[in-house]
Amino acid sequence: MKFIRNILDNIKPHVQKGGKFEKFHSTFDSIETLFFVPDHVTRVGAHIRDAMDLKRNMFTVVIALIPALLFGMWNVGYQHFIATGQEGSLIDLFFFGFLKVLPIIVVSYVVGLGIEILFAQIRGHEVNEGYFVTGMLIPLIIPVDTPLWMVAVAVIFAVIIGKEVFGGTGMNIFNPALIARAFLFFAYPSSMSGDKIWVNGLTDGTGITDGFSGATPLAQFTAGSTPNDLILGFADKHMSAFDMFMGWIPGSVGETSTLAILIGAVILLLTGIANWKVMLSVFAGGYLMGTIFNLVGAGHPYMEIPAYYHLIMGGFAFGAVFMATDPVTASQTETGKIIYGLLIGIVAVLIRVVNPAYPEGMMLSILFLNTFAPLIDYYVVGANIKKRLKRAKA
Amino acid sequence: MSEIQFFTLEKRQIIYTFVKNTVIMNNIKINRGLNIKLKGMADKSISDTKLSALFAVKPPDFLGLAPKLSVKVGHEVKAGTVIFFDKNRPEIKFTSPVSGKIYAIERGARRKILEVVIESNNKQEYEAFKKGDPNKMSKEDIVENLLNSGIWPFFKQRPYGTVANPESTPKSIFISAFDSAPLGVDYNYVMQNEGKMLQIGIDTLKQLTTGKIHLGIDGSEATIDAFKSLKNVEITSYTGKHPAGLVGTHIAKKDPINKGEVVWQLNPQDVVVIGRLFSEGKFCASRTIALVGSEVSKPQYYKTMLGAKISSIIGDLVSNDNVRYISGNVLTGTKVHKEGYLGFYDSSISVIPEGNHFQFFGWITPNFHKFSISKTYFSWLMPNKEYTLDTNFNGGQRAFVVTGQYEKVVPLDIYPVELLKACITKDIDKMEQLGIYEVLEEDFALCDYVCTSKQETQEILRKGLDLMIKEVG
Repeated sequence: MKFIRNILDNIKPHVQKGGKFEKFHSTFDSIETLFFVPDHVTRVGAHIRDAMDLKRNMFTVVIALIPALLFGMWNVGYQHFIATGQEGSLIDLFFFGFLKVLPIIVVSYVVGLGIEILFAQIRGHEVNEGYFVTGMLIPLIIPVDTPLWMVAVAVIFAVIIGKEVFGGTGMNIFNPALIARAFLFFAYPSSMSGDKIWVNGLTDGTGITDGFSGATPLAQFTAGSTPNDLILGFADKHMSAFDMFMGWIPGSVGETSTLAILIGAVILLLTGIANWKVMLSVFAGGYLMGTIFNLVGAGHPYMEIPAYYHLIMGGFAFGAVFMATDPVTASQTETGKIIYGLLIGIVAVLIRVVNPAYPEGMMLSILFLNTFAPLIDYYVVGANIKKRLKRAKA
Repeated sequence: MSEIQFFTLEKRQIIYTFVKNTVIMNNIKINRGLNIKLKGMADKSISDTKLSALFAVKPPDFLGLAPKLSVKVGHEVKAGTVIFFDKNRPEIKFTSPVSGKIYAIERGARRKILEVVIESNNKQEYEAFKKGDPNKMSKEDIVENLLNSGIWPFFKQRPYGTVANPESTPKSIFISAFDSAPLGVDYNYVMQNEGKMLQIGIDTLKQLTTGKIHLGIDGSEATIDAFKSLKNVEITSYTGKHPAGLVGTHIAKKDPINKGEVVWQLNPQDVVVIGRLFSEGKFCASRTIALVGSEVSKPQYYKTMLGAKISSIIGDLVSNDNVRYISGNVLTGTKVHKEGYLGFYDSSISVIPEGNHFQFFGWITPNFHKFSISKTYFSWLMPNKEYTLDTNFNGGQRAFVVTGQYEKVVPLDIYPVELLKACITKDIDKMEQLGIYEVLEEDFALCDYVCTSKQETQEILRKGLDLMIKEVG
């Protein structure tokens, strides 16, 4: 610790006012505050401050993502080994997935933080911690075979257009991770759709056993299957709701295991980092819409999907726990959060069922509701304003 | 009339009088807030202060004041002699708390007066003011007496927190004898023997408003006799975490402020000073203050005078050099120099360590010695632990990111973030709609404390209030 402190102290005079590298002070500050909580003391207002800061907040979210990440890495290996008919131990499968996912994570952080540092440099303040979380979210919501250059382009788009043009962390309207995903979805549709992209090596085709299908449960429903004839990999294996909940099915890297996501949810709720109102409302809204469809949609296979299936398929759970709960892009009032969450769940299932050609219903739903979050707050706060005016007249 | 009829008539009259004057006690539970338990709570003992020669009245203590001096250095004064007045409202006078002579007039940038320092002659001679039973005096006479004696500045008004306008009539007057702030003063202990003067003070206040006098007390403790026997006042006990003791919280629950309305507030010890004026005809601003904080070797109460030099109270009780002296509490107090003076509205001196040190990876380590409202730390598992907190920011300033934080510690019927954003964007209409008339910075002090993004919410609100004073008045 003293060693690092000494290095930083030696560089410090050069980056402060009057030093030769004065204009790099924001980059230096960002590195220094990573290693050390700074020695700044309060100047106005309350003399003491809470020990909590944004770094710790973001760090906790990354910790909550780890179960989904680790499971996802193992699942990448698992799906690939089944597809190629290989045998392997837990470690083999995990290591395979690790080697496939790690480069995506590295590209995401290097490119993303690079742009953040550039913007912080231009603006003259510290690098904001927002990308700690976004950088981990992006690799988890894309197919594992996404080319790295595509990831880099999506990250650049997401950080600049999705966040920095609005003013940086805390000012963005849309969830940057979902902007990256939406960018990939609309700019490179052939790489982002179909049944071959979810399992590593399927697009290539080399070594894949005949008859293997990498179709996600949502894709199978779109093709007309019923809950009874869903298959998992090969035609003789049935995909049950339990399989979908545990997550050893094809899908984006981190979204398949509802269980792993729920462990993350518990971490976020116990530490108070994520708002339970949003999470619960999203699940409730999705279940509600699914039930409505069940009641009115007799004869229509997609509407007959049991309501609870929606909560465990696709990106629903991941979106509910990690995306909808992003405090910056969600509604800010407590009442607003409930309305916001319910609408996300409702619209996600609505998109899925009424327009099955759009597989990323959750992503679109959250981005859609991001636009309306301020409007929801407007009406909630409006009620308070009306109450105050009424009291003044009384 | 038969004897029975006569007795019944008298009894009805007696009951009627009893109901009209008696204290109405009810309890209100405050559900939101945060108690920050710090080391260095004042022991329940009161000592006299060491002889201090110097006292000061500080114009910066008063919002929006443009002081005009009535004295020069060397001028002889008594307790109650005018030393400066408000240039914009010359009837509001500020008087010397002690007798002696003007020792110095400290100025800052652009010749702004920072302190008027008086050297006491230890004789405590008083200017003579009117005295009498306030119940029998007219409102005009009472106001004049308060203005002349220099007691008027004790009256703070809401909205804005400025010294009250003597020409306005408040719809109610609030006093809080419940200091719920960290290391707060225990008014049940301090006010035990002040019942008589408190009553005279309250009777005076009764003449100044068309509404009620409200007294807020700590609901978690038994009511002391000094309060129980008070008349002409509505007493409400509050239970809950800070800011359950703040006047702002009480006003919101009992008599919320609407546009165009004015409410006045006073500290209980200031009401006692009013009582002394009308009973003895002199400006006697002695008070009991608490010397608290982790850096004080023996925290306790001291009997002292308004404007005392803090070193006369602290003496050699603080051995650490790297400390911050605060006149007031750690959330809303003002930083003062070691050789500085007690603030006009403050009843405590808090001494805590400065936090000008780095912490290696402090944002990840468990930090058992730090207090946080967040459950990513462990302070929520040890609710009775007392902490030594320093002045370190514990992070860097960021934009508003986390939501729902401020709402946990603001028990008022307002949306804090929306109001603050309206202040930042200088949107006067929005500020009005969202309740700017109802709050002062102290109501947002806990927001300063809990903010993950280290926003200066009190400063933002103050700027908003100043803008309202300028544009709306």
